[in-house]
Amino acid sequence: MIRTATAILRKDLTIELRTKESVPAMALFTVTVYVLFHFGLDRDSLDGELASGVLWVTLLLAAVIGVTRLFAAEREQGGIDALLLAPVDRTALFVAKAAALLLYLVLLELVAVPTFGLLLLGPDLLSDLPELVLILLLADIGLAAVGALVAALAAETRARELIVPLLLLPLLVPLLIAAASATAPLLREGGSPEDLGRWLALLGGYDLVFLLISLAVFDYLLED
Amino acid sequence: MTLRLERGRTLAVIGANGAGKTTLLRVLAGLLRPHAGSARVLGAELPGEAWRVRGRIGYLGHDPLLYRELSGRENLLYQSRLYRLAPERVEEALAAVGLERRATEPVRDLSKGMVQRLAVARATLHEPDLLLLDEPRANLDPAAAERLEPLIGRASGRARVLVTHDVERALAEADVVLGLRGGRQAFAVAASKADAGGARGLYA
Repeated sequence: MIRTATAILRKDLTIELRTKESVPAMALFTVTVYVLFHFGLDRDSLDGELASGVLWVTLLLAAVIGVTRLFAAEREQGGIDALLLAPVDRTALFVAKAAALLLYLVLLELVAVPTFGLLLLGPDLLSDLPELVLILLLADIGLAAVGALVAALAAETRARELIVPLLLLPLLVPLLIAAASATAPLLREGGSPEDLGRWLALLGGYDLVFLLISLAVFDYLLED
Repeated sequence: MTLRLERGRTLAVIGANGAGKTTLLRVLAGLLRPHAGSARVLGAELPGEAWRVRGRIGYLGHDPLLYRELSGRENLLYQSRLYRLAPERVEEALAAVGLERRATEPVRDLSKGMVQRLAVARATLHEPDLLLLDEPRANLDPAAAERLEPLIGRASGRARVLVTHDVERALAEADVVLGLRGGRQAFAVAASKADAGGARGLYA
């Protein structure tokens, strides 16, 4: 299964490198939204809960772009049929798609978080960077699991641009609450992590639940 | 419909557009769940045992099932990893369809005929027992069609289900001819006993 998932992931990353359709679009969207907030909020800088909310809501909306595109090559070029004909475990497709999305999110955040720090954030990001990285990573794993599941569900629907956000965003509410709550204290002037362990545990639990659900049901989503 | 195809034999499926030819092919490939009835393919009852035939069918449909941004070689290497084949098999397949010299070009830059040749290489890469072919000679010039005969023609020695609008070719190439009309069997006869005029009536 790992060998098949690696083959699919390698193929997806090669196509993304050549088409540049997902990561650049996600990054450009995020930077644009932060610029809009910079001018729209008419404040020199943000901190605390507001800063955390702006950071996370923008990242989740950018993730919608990646999720909508996740099955584009399979859908438009018959990749799902080719996979269904091959003697492979279909779960490998989920693992590969979730891994690709995870990688896209990490790349997005390498651009988005510094941009956010420059354009909107008052306090220095660097002081609590290890904690922030841990929160981002746990949130990304959950996002990747739910995103790959929703992308597969919507892959064969006509109105997928509508279906993806309608399904994905409500499912991400617990993740948003945990990630934003864990991040808010880190974004206060002189702030230190509060209740970090509790929120990280919630994020970890969310990741585990959705990884297990996705692995259990993914096979059935590909039935015609 | 009820019919049986022995190993190494060819079934030609003819019928007007929308008669159900492609649907039949997709059901036999395990890509589509039939609303009613069942099919037994290579000893496996479909759709319940579809997993048993995966990897034993060569499916060549309307879509080439190739990624446009990847080259021909990259597409076949990807397929070879899914089927756990040696990379050398890819080079053999490229040589068999005469695309070794264009193997590094992205599929989007190839002509339709070349894409069809590559699709044949993809469908036969894993040496399938059963070929499901939907208009396999579409976009091929006579030389290319001749070249692909050992892979998808009668000479391949494989059981074949061949969807075509070319009635004369269907009668010449097949052992059994199945005529479809409106999703139902209009006739199923031995090709040697089939009447070309009657078969053409499906298109009237």
